[in-house]
Amino acid sequence: MERIPILRMGKVLLVTIQVDMHDQLAMTLQNDLAKAIASQETSCVLLDISALEIVDSFIGRMMANTAGMGRILGAETVVVGMQPAVAITLVELGLSLKGIHTALDVERGMALVERAAAARA
Amino acid sequence: MPEITHTARSDFRRLIVERREEVLTAWVKEQLKEGRVESLPPAELRAQGDEFLTLIADPADSDSILDADAAAWAPARAFLADLSRTRARQGFSPSETASFVFALKRPLFAMLRAEFADDAAQLGDEIWHATELLDQLGLLTMEEYQRGREEVIHRQQQEMLELSTPVVTLWDGVLALPMIGTLDSARTQIVMETLLQRIVETGAAIAIIDITGVPTVDTMTAQHLLKTVTATRLMGAECIISGIRPQIAQTIVHLGVDLGDVTTKATLADAFRVALARTGRMVTTTTNAEQTK
Repeated sequence: MERIPILRMGKVLLVTIQVDMHDQLAMTLQNDLAKAIASQETSCVLLDISALEIVDSFIGRMMANTAGMGRILGAETVVVGMQPAVAITLVELGLSLKGIHTALDVERGMALVERAAAARA
Repeated sequence: MPEITHTARSDFRRLIVERREEVLTAWVKEQLKEGRVESLPPAELRAQGDEFLTLIADPADSDSILDADAAAWAPARAFLADLSRTRARQGFSPSETASFVFALKRPLFAMLRAEFADDAAQLGDEIWHATELLDQLGLLTMEEYQRGREEVIHRQQQEMLELSTPVVTLWDGVLALPMIGTLDSARTQIVMETLLQRIVETGAAIAIIDITGVPTVDTMTAQHLLKTVTATRLMGAECIISGIRPQIAQTIVHLGVDLGDVTTKATLADAFRVALARTGRMVTTTTNAEQTK
């Protein structure tokens, strides 16, 4: 079955979406992420969607849910590299993804994570 | 009451052909009475009139006089369309434009009256036919005039859209978007797309939307602004709104618009200072010694 790989770098999980998301894939990713966050101490999930060009309300809600779920398990979610078209679509759908951190690219996303970690320490 | 008959070929058109010079001279004189038409050279008016007379006398099919869609009238319609648009662009008023056709009535009717002085029924018929044709042509002039003006308006709107969405780089990583004019859905959409595209291209972390040039802010405008801010945030950049005038601040509060956690500043300078601070920079004054270096 098709899966999106979840890479662990210390306390950070890196998820890069490089294929078109469909509903089943999104659900699988959500389950896998929940397991991964719970299995080891995780401070942050970096969700790289720079290759994602199409979203629908389901994928948008999935992102919001994943973030909410992560927060309950003690990990913040940072969405990085969102395309303009995707951003406009989400806004028009009324999904402002409140409570999710965003960054322009993975590098800045990592910087954000490190700053947050430093602030907590 | 006797019906008005359609003669095979109306006599008023025969008259136009036969006494063309006379009609033309009287017509041009009549046209010159109308406001700004005076500014046109009489020779040009005469040439236009001459061409038009040829065109309306030409179509032989009498049925088509009443049917402005008929193919026989196509050249006359094209001529009038051209004339109306030209005059619309030159800034003539609608009545000044229509006077081209309507001024023909007086000399034509005078001539018909002289011709059919002893036959009231025939005179009535002829005047009716002539009026009907000229009124239709006059209406056509109006429609074309209107269309000409609409084209001008449409073109200006397009130009305004292109003019109004510049995204400027204030500093490395700081973009500014000075908005001028009323914000409607179409404009906001373009503004949003341009801004987001520029954020991708430059990798700017902060965008300042300056609304000094926006005359009024209503709930729709505020909603459009919030959408843009949210989209910017989703992409991972920050958005600051600046240039909020006192009246606009009052309106926003009175309307109960919740700008949420959007950073807002009174002037672009304030917003720029915040942007620099957030990117870890600051502006300092140098000492005199450094300036002379």
